[in-house]
Amino acid sequence: MKDIRQLINERILILDGAMGTMIQHYNLKEEDFRKGWFEDHPHKLKGDNDILVLTQPDIIEEIHTQYLEAGSDIIETNTFGATSVAQADYYLEKAVYDINYHGAKIARKVCDEFTAKNPDKPRFVAGSMGPTTKLASMSPDLNDPGFRAINFNELVIAFKEQATGLIDGGADFLLVETITDTLNAKAAMFAIDELSEERSIQIPIMISGTITDQSGRMLTGQTTEAFLVSVSHMPLLSIGLNCALGADAMRPYLQILANQAPFAVSAHPNAGLPNEFGQYDETPDMMGTQIEDFLREGLINIIGGCCGTTPGHIRKMAEIASKYSPRKISETTNA
Amino acid sequence: MRFLRLSGLEAITITPESNFINIGERTNVTGSRAFLRMIKDNDYEAALSVAREQVEGGAQIIDINMDEGMIDGKEAMVKFLNLIASEPDISSVPIMIDSSKWEIIEAGLQCIQGKGIVNSISLKEGEENFIRQAKLIRRYGAASVVMAFDEKGQADSYERRIEICERSYRILVDVVKFAPEDIIFDPNIFPVATGMEEHNNNALDFFHATKWIRENLSGTHVSGGVSNVSFSFRGNNPVREAMHSAFLFHGIKHGMDMGIVNPSMLEVYDNIDKVLLEYVEDVLLNRRPDATERLLEFAESFKGDDKKKEVSLEWRNAPVNERLAHALVKGIVNYIDEDTEECRNQFEHPIQVIEGPLMAGMSIVGDLFGSGKMFLPQVVKSARVMKKAVAYLLPFIDAEKDGASSSAGKVIMATVKGDVHDIGKNIVSVVLSCNNYEIVDLGVMVPAEKIIRTAIEEQAQIIGLSGLITPSLDEMVHVAKEMERANLSIPLLIGGATTSKVHTAVKIEQNYQKGQTVHVSDASRSVTVVEQLLGQKKEQFVKGVQADYARVREHHEKHRSAKQLLSYADALKNKLVLEFNDQTIKKPNQTGVQVIEQQNLSELIPYIDWTPFFQTWELHGKFPRILNDEIVGKEATKLYEDAQVMLKQLVDEKWLTAKAAYGIFPANSIRDDIEIYSDEQRTSVLGIQHTLRQQTKKTVGQPNLSLADFIAPKDSGMTDYIGAFVVTAGHGIDGHVKRFEADHDDYNSIMIKALADRLAEAFAEFLHEKMRKKTWGYASDEVLGNDALIAEQYKGIRPAPGYPACPDHTEKPNLFKLLNAEALSGVSLTETLAMWPAASVSGWYFAHPDSKYFGLGKITIDQVESLAGRKKIDTEQMKRWLSSNLE
Repeated sequence: MKDIRQLINERILILDGAMGTMIQHYNLKEEDFRKGWFEDHPHKLKGDNDILVLTQPDIIEEIHTQYLEAGSDIIETNTFGATSVAQADYYLEKAVYDINYHGAKIARKVCDEFTAKNPDKPRFVAGSMGPTTKLASMSPDLNDPGFRAINFNELVIAFKEQATGLIDGGADFLLVETITDTLNAKAAMFAIDELSEERSIQIPIMISGTITDQSGRMLTGQTTEAFLVSVSHMPLLSIGLNCALGADAMRPYLQILANQAPFAVSAHPNAGLPNEFGQYDETPDMMGTQIEDFLREGLINIIGGCCGTTPGHIRKMAEIASKYSPRKISETTNA
Repeated sequence: MRFLRLSGLEAITITPESNFINIGERTNVTGSRAFLRMIKDNDYEAALSVAREQVEGGAQIIDINMDEGMIDGKEAMVKFLNLIASEPDISSVPIMIDSSKWEIIEAGLQCIQGKGIVNSISLKEGEENFIRQAKLIRRYGAASVVMAFDEKGQADSYERRIEICERSYRILVDVVKFAPEDIIFDPNIFPVATGMEEHNNNALDFFHATKWIRENLSGTHVSGGVSNVSFSFRGNNPVREAMHSAFLFHGIKHGMDMGIVNPSMLEVYDNIDKVLLEYVEDVLLNRRPDATERLLEFAESFKGDDKKKEVSLEWRNAPVNERLAHALVKGIVNYIDEDTEECRNQFEHPIQVIEGPLMAGMSIVGDLFGSGKMFLPQVVKSARVMKKAVAYLLPFIDAEKDGASSSAGKVIMATVKGDVHDIGKNIVSVVLSCNNYEIVDLGVMVPAEKIIRTAIEEQAQIIGLSGLITPSLDEMVHVAKEMERANLSIPLLIGGATTSKVHTAVKIEQNYQKGQTVHVSDASRSVTVVEQLLGQKKEQFVKGVQADYARVREHHEKHRSAKQLLSYADALKNKLVLEFNDQTIKKPNQTGVQVIEQQNLSELIPYIDWTPFFQTWELHGKFPRILNDEIVGKEATKLYEDAQVMLKQLVDEKWLTAKAAYGIFPANSIRDDIEIYSDEQRTSVLGIQHTLRQQTKKTVGQPNLSLADFIAPKDSGMTDYIGAFVVTAGHGIDGHVKRFEADHDDYNSIMIKALADRLAEAFAEFLHEKMRKKTWGYASDEVLGNDALIAEQYKGIRPAPGYPACPDHTEKPNLFKLLNAEALSGVSLTETLAMWPAASVSGWYFAHPDSKYFGLGKITIDQVESLAGRKKIDTEQMKRWLSSNLE
């Protein structure tokens, strides 16, 4: 089987699409969320999508399968919120390892089945690590700018627990995504690096930030360039952007990464911006046209979708991506 | 080749083509006593402004050090870094975390989202520790300074420097896999000219080691703490500055590409006195055995004033363009006429002297000011030089008739109707005219119609309004409305001590929809605001302001509805009830109106509170500490010295006349009114002082205060007393102001007004003491120094109408009538009840030991209606007077 670092230079790799909006179609009820694992849990669990890898593994497997059929090379585990920090909202801190372990395991199983069928198109599992619900470099209290709801060490502990579960469950690499505060991402990287050292393995890391508005800055104020510089201390598999903006609005910032990053560049935008009812309107064709622009320009190594995207969007992306060569990764320069 | 890249909110890349990287050194408790004090006092606001000033002053990285025995360094580091993270103008640059304690470094690394620098690690405690720390730094994602220090000690020779740096490099690159470009060597800058022979080669060894490192340890950088080198010359800044510049000059040539420096302690290399430079370089480069002695001897001459004059006149030998620039930057007026004349002869048209050399000089001033390297008093002096030069040229220009001046824009400046305070307005005018804006200064008490008419006639691009007293706020609203009515669309600037962004956003901006209103918080902001309003990016700037003000309004609205006010009736029920008896009421030694016809000014000098004097000049800090302040200390000292000179002259030559009318009267309170009687039998009522009561909901046990609470109620049967005073130090000032203005000498015209203000305040303080000790005599044994007076440690209070405890200006006529003040003190009231001359203070005296200053805060309409009823004033009118307190 080909190594990811080799493949990434040969063709544009396809990530999967949204998980949350796919799960919504199943109209799951409170008891569906609890099934088998948390029947007696004293708190409401509806909405805690991450635990579905435990309580509704078939549904998660089915969604993964749809994306693999659509052409995804890389599947993200359904573990975006599976840290003790985020799960504290549901009083499920104790389930964190299990969620990550089983989340990786389900994805592993489906990917291996697809790889076995077609060894020329190996499929990979990216362990998804979201930003948690708290920021390490911004105060939630306007009147007390020095206050922090969480500190670096607490984040390292939470991320390490998550990373351990994902690696044990069989993730090929870890995707630290939807980064709004680079300090949170640095804590995740710190945790992964520690884990790598302890196990004497190299865990490839994918980093994906979120530009929240048209100023081109992260929530905490960093420019795209500063974000890149701040996470370049490890040999990343890729750096990219996801969520918040649609494909079109993302383009200038992807150009910065494409010009400067000594790593692969990824993008998984939303299907446009949500409309007034919170729904995403961009069709596969609309998104495809925008994405084709930056594939043509050679900005991208890995492409996929975030909120609102479906297997239909991913199929379209895979079809377009096959026409273009990936961006050339130059590891010798960094500016 | 990979480059060192660092980040705060923004990224910087250091390439071989990059200029030298300045690392700000002032947020360092070991290097700056001022900064240490701020941290110790928990004054993080001030500490943040030190960081901000450094970034504004051009520091590309800021070094932060909290290593001090008396503070918890780790806690201080974390707190400061967390606060910096919420200040985008500071956190835009990368942070250098500076500590000799690993735990502080690590705590710091956990707070910065960008890629910063650790300062520093070394082989001091052996390889194991070094490797462990380097690995962690890499894992945290930072670059690191590596000191030339090993188990045997700090490298003090060329050989030891390269030995340790090479060994460190091999370990970092080969073992730790540290990126070479993230390694910054500090090969130790040691002092020279210490008198010890073994130190003579210190600088040279540093230079040579630097060169070797850059050539042999591929990818790395070299930095150092520059001010160390001049350690022997502490107290002699000219020599230190020259040394730093010369050291950097040579260090950079040898490959030093970063350094911790204080930009204000750097002379421009080319500007270093040539003899001094030679002596300094002899020392740095160890060029002759007696170099140290020669420099030490020569350095002495830079301390003494006599020699300094000789040296400082050398600039007279430069070409005339440079002399003009020098005179402008240094604010030297002595030679300006002759230099301008000489320059005029070199050009075809006199206007070219303005457009060429003078504007070039002023743009240097503008740049230095913009980058924080000059301070306001210096700029005012520069402007004075500029105005003199222009005044000299004007007759020649007029004679030609064809010299159209190329102003950057025309600005109307006015202190609004009813207000006579113009110091702030004048400073803004000066700063703007420095930046080539043409100022049409309409002076003080300018009615709206005149402002608008002039703006139209002059085709002005901007109107700037100033005011100090609270009624001016309403007048500004009025001007804005009138501008709207007159279909003007030019920007309106609002400034002055009582103005605020909130008031501008909530009360003014929306009354002037056709143009943009902008609040300018201090004079130094005026240039950038005006530039943006008249420049290409106006639209963007205006949008930003509008969005900002919309947010302010929204926030204000929320805040307002959140604050709870009591009804006036309930507030009255929660009044302060004091004991009134023989202990708390002292019968005055003397009642009735008294006059001081001519107060000896020199007696007032010890009572001057200098802190507000510096505030007038926008130098912020407490006197006398401000004189030693790191940033503004030099300017503050100069200003203070100039003030002393003028003060002495105005006392000796009796430029000003200080007068007072004051007195004590029997009085009783009836609810919130104070009745003032002709005699202790209360035969007739001389007047009624109406007071205002706080209405903010208080915590249990806290009263809603009114000044009337400090006077015995009429139904107590006790006879109490109240005092009143009007003092002025402003008589005679006009002639001097006019004289300075005729001489285009804004500096001294502002100076005399500032001094007169201080003298008036000092007079009030002086008289209050006299009152306490003699006239009233309730504190005859009081002994208080000036600091204690400023800190208001005396018994009793002297609140002034228009100030927080009694913001109602309409009480002033009562006060003046009671004292016959207009006749006795020569102070009159304008139609908006400002005092004229402006350097005057008036107020009431309360003697009850429990009386204290307070702020009225917000009140509701029911109190205003009650007050209007009691005073027999139209409610609408009363509302207008109290609008800034009215909920």
